[in-house]
Order: sequence, then structure tokens, then C-alpha cells
Amino acid sequence: MAKKKEHSKAGGAREALLSMIKEEQLNSGYVADKAMAEIARTLGLPVSDVYGVATFYSFLSTTPTGKHVIRVCESVPCCLRDAEMIIAQIRGELGIAPGETTSDGRFSLELTNCIGACDQAPAMLVDDEVHGGLTPENIVEILRSYD
Amino acid sequence: MPENRVLLKKCEAIDPGDVDSYVKAGGFKALKKARDRMSPVEVIEALKASGLRGRGGAGFPCGAKWELARNSREKEKFLICNADEGEVGAFKDRYVLQNDPFSVIEGMAIAAYAVGAQEAYIYLRAEYHFLLEGLKRAVEQVKAKGLLKSLDIKITEGAGAYVCGEESALMNSIEGRRGEARCRPPYPPTRGLFEKPTIINNVETLINVPHIIAKGPEWYAKLGTEKSKGTKLFSVSGDVRQPGVYEMELGCKLGDLLTLARAENVKLVQVGGASGRIVPHSMLDTRLSFETILGSGAITVFNESRDVIDIVSRTMGFFNKESCGKCTPCREGAEVMVEIFGRLVKGDGVHEDLEILEDLSHVMMDASMCGLGQTAPIPVLDTLKYFRSEYENRIDQSAFLRRLKVISA
Ligand SMILES: Cc1cc2nc3c(=O)[nH]c(=O)nc-3n(C[C@H](O)[C@H](O)[C@H](O)COP(=O)(O)O)c2cc1C
Ligand code: SF4
Ligand code: FES
Repeated sequence: MAKKKEHSKAGGAREALLSMIKEEQLNSGYVADKAMAEIARTLGLPVSDVYGVATFYSFLSTTPTGKHVIRVCESVPCCLRDAEMIIAQIRGELGIAPGETTSDGRFSLELTNCIGACDQAPAMLVDDEVHGGLTPENIVEILRSYD
Repeated sequence: MPENRVLLKKCEAIDPGDVDSYVKAGGFKALKKARDRMSPVEVIEALKASGLRGRGGAGFPCGAKWELARNSREKEKFLICNADEGEVGAFKDRYVLQNDPFSVIEGMAIAAYAVGAQEAYIYLRAEYHFLLEGLKRAVEQVKAKGLLKSLDIKITEGAGAYVCGEESALMNSIEGRRGEARCRPPYPPTRGLFEKPTIINNVETLINVPHIIAKGPEWYAKLGTEKSKGTKLFSVSGDVRQPGVYEMELGCKLGDLLTLARAENVKLVQVGGASGRIVPHSMLDTRLSFETILGSGAITVFNESRDVIDIVSRTMGFFNKESCGKCTPCREGAEVMVEIFGRLVKGDGVHEDLEILEDLSHVMMDASMCGLGQTAPIPVLDTLKYFRSEYENRIDQSAFLRRLKVISA
């Protein structure tokens, strides 16, 4: 809290930080070192601050991700509806483990906590889209619908 | 007890993409009444008289909170609608935002009028990005009707962090920082967002407000129990035939809610999400209220086939992942819990582990800085209380199997 006052109406430059990082994530699929340095320069913040924010949130990545990011919910209500089977199915289908990206760069697979779709469990996000009521059968079709 | 649909009524009656349908259903009457016929202080008095308590989990009296911010001499004040809904098993705010965004906006406009805020934020979790366009459109439509006057409502999106639902972490996130919790006091109504007085309310809390203003606090205070007024939205999931959002009068029996959702062969229920209390089958008569148990209203049902240790193990994994890491008891405590549960699940547990779990739970609850670490051990302690024999049997079994291995080796 050494730096004084960056508050007021718009909240100062810093308020834009998270949305700028998110924008970079959206455009490039990840937040590269160069991009972090650039954002830091634009906002007049230390690069370490930008790095600190970029590494805190689970929807931001500092390494490249696939064209589509699959986030399968692994929280308890989804587990009660066989989320593990779904995860195994996707792993088999794509040939990758959570945390990995397919060699053609099409998909990254991640596990995530409750996405607020427990009434449709098991559920996952593909990019911004929620898919609920997953079964080993419909999973294949859903994945196919993403190019 | 059947459902009592007060808050959900509009969700079914209106077109969330059309402000006029909301107006036709009686929308914005409360806002007009507040602005034209009540002073801000009168609005706050009405809220206090209604007995409305926050629906985000902690149950803090809403009117009293507003009054704190109202009384601050700072000119600039903020209002935040907490739409981060990260609690495991919770989806009622999603349902409201999707089907009746206008009630949320009306509630915010009344709140802003009462506390004197010129700027408001809706903090929407990244997982709910699919709601963003609808929400934006709703805000635009209300604005176009001139109903927001000078109030500016911004929508800020999170980026994937459960802890950002915690109010101080949420403010850090809006300010463009890591979403770590802050030391308190000062509390947000005195010093919050950008160091200004700030009111943070849950989505559901805010949609209660128009009803209270329109129909009066006396009407509202007739619903519920002595210390828990009104109705409550419950997100019911897990081993039930009809998962979904249910609205019940506060003080309803847990069992009644389970009947509506068609739960079968119930072994236990967790009330309030990952850090919620555990209710064994023998206690389904328990009433749901702030006096007893409630939390955010996430109800997760487990049937006879479920393994208690497995459930708690996964839950601790959740907290370990979501701990912001700022304070030691939570960061390290969650890690150790995961390690111990890992051993219990694998069959390497020993009886001393149970004592360590209990001691560690108390340290985390006493010494953690925010609600995450303070409440994470609840399912551990509750299951040790109600299902201790399952832990002990598992450990005995593991010891037996180990001996067998030694003999056969
Ligand atoms: C770890 C943690 C997560 C929380 N998540 C949420 C949330 O997702 N939504 C919410 O409204 N409140 C959440 N809260 C509670 C908020 O800190 C705060 O009490 C609440 O938004 C106040 O609003 P209310 O008075 O209307 O309930 C959380 C608290 C903690 C400790
Ligand atoms: S209790 Fe956990 S989440 Fe809260 S401040 Fe401490 S480390 Fe962060
Ligand atoms: S637990 Fe999977 S969406 Fe809630």
C-alpha cells in the first residue's frame, strides 16, 4: 500500500489491468511475457504486478492454449453424476490429459470447480459455452461441433 | 410445506430481453415509490423493519449495512452486486440473472438511492460469461427508459477464482489486483472499493428489495421465522430426481425441500455448499433458517451409496485449489488436509490422523484471515461428528490389509 491513491471516478489506470489481460488472453489464447511487459508499460505498473494478476486467475494462462479450452467440472455435485467417466471419455477422445493441448492445437483440456450448472450435472464449459447433461455419447458430438 | 414463490414469480412471467414486459408485470413501481415518496433514510428504515438479511452466505442485516454507508461523510460511494456465485452446488443467482435481470437492476437502483451511491458494479463470474450480453442489454434498456437517472452501472467480469466471491477479494479484483482477501477492519461500508464506502450485496438480497418497498416491511416480516424473514432460493442438486431452484419460506423443513426435489435413499445432505454443514438422514426435520443452518442455500444431496471420506476428500481438494494463499493457516492447512485425506482414501490412514484433522480444523477456523479458511474445515468436523465410525472402520480395515500384506510377504 505504498503507492498513494489511484482511486476515484474511473478508479485510475489500474482498474483496466484485469480486462486488458483478459483481452490479450482472448486474442492470443494466452498472455505472453511480451504482452505483459507491454501492458505494464501502458499502465505504468511494474511487470511483476501484471504477472501477479495474470497468474492468479484460473481463466488466464501464461502459456499457449488450444483454440478451444474445455473445462470439465470436477466438483462434488458433478462427481455424483459421474463426472469422472466424462473426464475419462474426453481424455480418450482427445488423447490428452488435463493440463495438456492436442497436437493439432484444437483443444486444451482443464478441470475446473463448480461452474454453477449443477442442475444439469455433469457439466463443462467449452470456451464460454456451458454444456450440461453430459454422457459418454453426446460428448463426442459436442466436441465435433467445434472446429 | 409447499413452495412459496415470491421472488421467482417474475422469472417465469417476464421476457428477460424486454424491459416493457417487466414494467407490465409491475416492475419499477418500487423504485418510483422509493424515489417519489420516501427519503433515503425512510428506505433504510423500511429495510431494517423488514428484517432482510444478506443472502450471500453470512446473513448480515441488510438495512444496518446500508445505514453504515449512508452515514459516511464521503461524497463518493459505491454499490456492488455480487454475482460471483462460486459456491459449490449454487446456481440460484444464475437463474435469476438469466430470467429476471430487471429485478436485480431495480434492487440496485433502490440500494444506490438509499446509500447515496453514484456508481455501481455487477461483478459477474467468468463462468457466467454467457449471461453478459443479456445483462448488458437489460441495463441499457433500463437506462434508455431514464430509470437509472445518474446512476452508472458497470459490469465487471471475474477471471476464474472462487475466493473473489468474498467481498474484499472481489473489490481487489475490480481494482485490477490479485483477488486476495484484505485484512479487516476497515469493513467495506466504511472503506471499500477504491477506499470509498461500499455496499456489497448478493444478487438474491437485491431482488428482495423491490418487494419490500412495494408491499411494505410489515408484509415481508410476516414471512419466515423470528430472525429469518422472507423466502429463500435453494439450489438443489446431487442425488435427486428433480434438481433445480426452489423457493421456500425461511424456517421450512429440509425434508420438505428434499421431497419437492424428489430425493431418494438419502444418507446425508450438505447445506451451504463446500463449506456447508452436514445433516445426516436422522436430522432431516432440521429447519432451514439463519438460526439453524442456511448459508447460500446450496443443497447437495447424497444417497446411501456415497462414501463420506471420498466426499470430504474432494471437498478439501476444492479448498486447497481455491485458497488465495495469503495467510498460512488456510494455505498450508488445506494442503495438509488434502494429504491426510489422500492417505485415508488410499487405505494408509492411522487413528492419529483423526486427532490431527480435528486440531488442524480448529487452527484453521480460528486463525484464517477470511471466510474461506475459517469455514473450510466444517465438513471435516461435521462428518467426524456424525460419521466417525466410517472413518474408524476405514482405518481399521486399512490396518488389517497392511497386516495381511506383511504376513503374505
Ligand atoms: C470464500 C467466500 C466466497 C464467497 N462467495 C460469495 C458469492 O459467490 N456470492 C455472494 O453473494 N457472496 C459470497 N460470499 C459472501 C460475501 O463475502 C459477502 O458477505 C456477501 O456478498 C454480502 O452480501 P449480502 O449481505 O447481500 O449477503 C463469499 C464469502 C466467502 C468467505
Ligand atoms: S483464509 Fe484462505 S482464502 Fe482467505 S485470505 Fe487466508 S489464504 Fe486467502
Ligand atoms: S458441481 Fe459441476 S457445475 Fe456445479
